[in-house]
Amino acid sequence: MISAYYFGSIALIMIGLYTVLVKKNLLKILVGLSIMETGVNLLLISIGYISGRSAPILSEGVGPNQAVDPIPQALVLTAIVIGVATTAMALSVAILLYKKYGTLNIEEIRRLRG
Amino acid sequence: MVSVLKRAIAIAFILIIGYWIASALSHVPFGADKMLVGNYYLQHVENQTGAINAVTAIVVNYRGFDTLGEVTVLFIASTGVAALLWERKRKRTARTEGTIVLTTGTRLLFPFILLFGSYIFIHGHLTPGGGFPGGATIATGFLLMYLAFTTYRIPHRGFEVSEGLAGMGYVIVGLIGLAVGGYFLFDWIWQTWKIGTVGNLVSGGFIPVIYTLIAIKVGTELSGIVDNMLREGSS
Repeated sequence: MISAYYFGSIALIMIGLYTVLVKKNLLKILVGLSIMETGVNLLLISIGYISGRSAPILSEGVGPNQAVDPIPQALVLTAIVIGVATTAMALSVAILLYKKYGTLNIEEIRRLRG
Repeated sequence: MVSVLKRAIAIAFILIIGYWIASALSHVPFGADKMLVGNYYLQHVENQTGAINAVTAIVVNYRGFDTLGEVTVLFIASTGVAALLWERKRKRTARTEGTIVLTTGTRLLFPFILLFGSYIFIHGHLTPGGGFPGGATIATGFLLMYLAFTTYRIPHRGFEVSEGLAGMGYVIVGLIGLAVGGYFLFDWIWQTWKIGTVGNLVSGGFIPVIYTLIAIKVGTELSGIVDNMLREGSS
């Protein structure tokens, strides 16, 4: 039996994957990608969590032995920034596609060329 | 019209993938102490970097080269957005001016948003935050300006120059470390000079310096992305 936190993040990944696989609108597919990314980030953070410990900022009452694993958090900090960058790129490609074909439906775009 | 068959195949597919991830994670106990390298970082972070926020110490100090690559990725993305959406004659296509609530609120809030963003990145080695959230907060201020005033444009030339200078400053800080300590991104401010006391604002070695540069870079790049997306060609 897996933890509820793992289950929630896996559910987010699955919802995002379903959106990517089934939806026709390009913007909805990008929203699905973002949801998937959120699920992966939550999964990494929850793997790094240790019961009863505090955030890895060493201050009064939080020594090195009372803090959670800082490495997944640093990793997710990187992943969020990269996610923003790729989303911006994908959105500008979507703007270009809409300008060229006048639609965001991927099936119609596919039918128009090749 | 999505066929039922396609949906069924998709649902079966994601159920298989979900089961696969869950069965892999069933061997990873939730909430247990699984730290290997993380423990080393937590034990030595105050002594080796002068910062008390272990996450930013890892991002900037222990894995600074990785962060330089991350900043490069963000730069490539912002350049890519500008290249994809480039056209000769472009202008804002927003037709409606913001309401008086929006314009007055923006005039009032804009300096405070910039101030809060600066607070986030200057205190990156002490509190949650750092250069990336601070820069994003600053870009939010410019986004608000774009929403409120239809004729507003960011000062393009100045933003490009400061973005380039910030990126160059990061590499220069790393090269000074190479000259002083023998390897790229050596923390010369903390390891050689020992400036400041742990837990104060003046501490953390080059983490505040680099995070200031990163925040300038992220803020200008995200504002540039907003600017590129809100202007369209005249055609």
